[in-house]
Amino acid sequence: MGKRRTNAGLAVVAALVALPFVPLFLWAFAGEWRFPDLLPSEWSLRGIVYLVEPGGRVLGATLTSLLIAGATAIASVAVGLPAGMALGRYEFRLKGLVIFFILLPILVPPLASTMGIHLTFIRLGLADSAFGVFLVHLVPTVPYTAIILTSVFAKRTGELEEAARTLGASAWRAFLYVTLPQVAPGVAVAALFGFLISWSQYVLTLLIGGGNVVTLPMLLFSAASGNDPVITSGLALVFVLPAIAALLLALRYLNSGDERELLGVGKPS
Amino acid sequence: MGGRLKITLLLTPALLVLGVLFTGGLYAALVQSLGYLPAIGMTGMSFDAYREVLGREDFLDALLLTVYVAGVSTALATVLAVLAALALRRGPGRVSSVVFQVPITVPHLVAAVGIALVISQTGLGARLAAALGLIGEPAEFPALLYDKYSVGVILTYVWKETPFIALVVLAGLRGVAAELEDVAKTLGANAWQRFWYVIFPVIAPGIVASSLIVFAFTFGAFEVPYLLGEDYPTMLPVMAYEEYRSIELSDRPVAMAINVLIALITAAFAAAYLRFARNLGRG
Repeated sequence: MGKRRTNAGLAVVAALVALPFVPLFLWAFAGEWRFPDLLPSEWSLRGIVYLVEPGGRVLGATLTSLLIAGATAIASVAVGLPAGMALGRYEFRLKGLVIFFILLPILVPPLASTMGIHLTFIRLGLADSAFGVFLVHLVPTVPYTAIILTSVFAKRTGELEEAARTLGASAWRAFLYVTLPQVAPGVAVAALFGFLISWSQYVLTLLIGGGNVVTLPMLLFSAASGNDPVITSGLALVFVLPAIAALLLALRYLNSGDERELLGVGKPS
Repeated sequence: MGGRLKITLLLTPALLVLGVLFTGGLYAALVQSLGYLPAIGMTGMSFDAYREVLGREDFLDALLLTVYVAGVSTALATVLAVLAALALRRGPGRVSSVVFQVPITVPHLVAAVGIALVISQTGLGARLAAALGLIGEPAEFPALLYDKYSVGVILTYVWKETPFIALVVLAGLRGVAAELEDVAKTLGANAWQRFWYVIFPVIAPGIVASSLIVFAFTFGAFEVPYLLGEDYPTMLPVMAYEEYRSIELSDRPVAMAINVLIALITAAFAAAYLRFARNLGRG
């Protein structure tokens, strides 16, 4: 009986999670869907055609989003990996303070710091550029990559590296051939979430990009403020694709029952 | 072999990036909120912007709305998450973690758009109500978007954040000794007593940490209320943004003052909450 109740609970949770996607899928392929019909009376590919139109805005925006999120993922891991190594492997004075400082952008909204830094970015010529947008995307991503990688390094003892060093490997070679392959899955998860957090950013891009850097959420936002659910839903489905793909990938890296890894990941917004 | 130096070098990139882009940005916001904007010829320093903001009725309305939305969203998400985690903890862990993972990875904008298409007056909910004969016209369905009670905003946050807290609680539940629960049961503890005295102390730290993150996030987030919230009052981040976008450059200090207040409130709340949680743990 307990088991059946658990399964019923799981079904309810799954249905609630799936609910917002139902109208998105239906509207994306709807031709005509008048109130109070429960299903569209006509189907159409208008929404899909809009998405893949050559010379349309969607392809360009997708490319911009991919570039910025890809660069952010790589940079935030490059910055978060050494920090994670230091925090996960060593004990030192002020460690608590360092962790607090690194986690601060999770508690204090990056919107405040980004508005503050905007003038400086304008002066340095970084405003209205994809590079400037990439830079401010590091603020919400680095805390997460650093903390995910901290937990990855905290679980390791460093014995293997010691063995390699005893056998005459340089510190760099020990890192490259022993440490890196072992932490690779954790690095991949961190990179995926760095990518996703950057991919989801709207207001930081809007502030620093100033309308010149058009990423997918820019198009989705203006569509959602308008009155065409077909286009809006099509865009929303494209926008959610990497999240789903990344989720499937991330889950493959995890051994069963090891949700703790994903946990640190927290909530890309 | 130079452990101190090594640790410093390893930490430098992250501290530099966040120090410049985040702390530097907050510092710039603070300075600008005091009216120091040499770029437009403002070099005096004063608390005028704060005086103006704190005296404005729309700021107080925005503050109330923000506390209300963040508080209700966090409370609902926390309760639902604990219930869901308790219901699912004996189930297939992998399946529930995949299900919970979906809303966590889906961007807020997509969640907002999907929820809007469910609860709007021509949405799935209204169509279902019409099919059941409950309403005839879309206008008869309650307005849940751009409304006084921010139902759309709250529902979007609850959908997005509940699974995050639930995963933390699920992980915590694995630390609850099954034997202890059995003993409590044998000794005649009812379900509530078993939860409160055996389970809750174990999962409490996770609940505190995750709900704190959710509160701070919903307090300072912009997208969802900008899309689904009413025009007046707006939540604080939306208000800050709108002041910032104002053509009057002299409105900038006001926008920055709102930003600084958001940062201070979230930081103060975090500190108070953590202290409270620590005392709770001791008691």
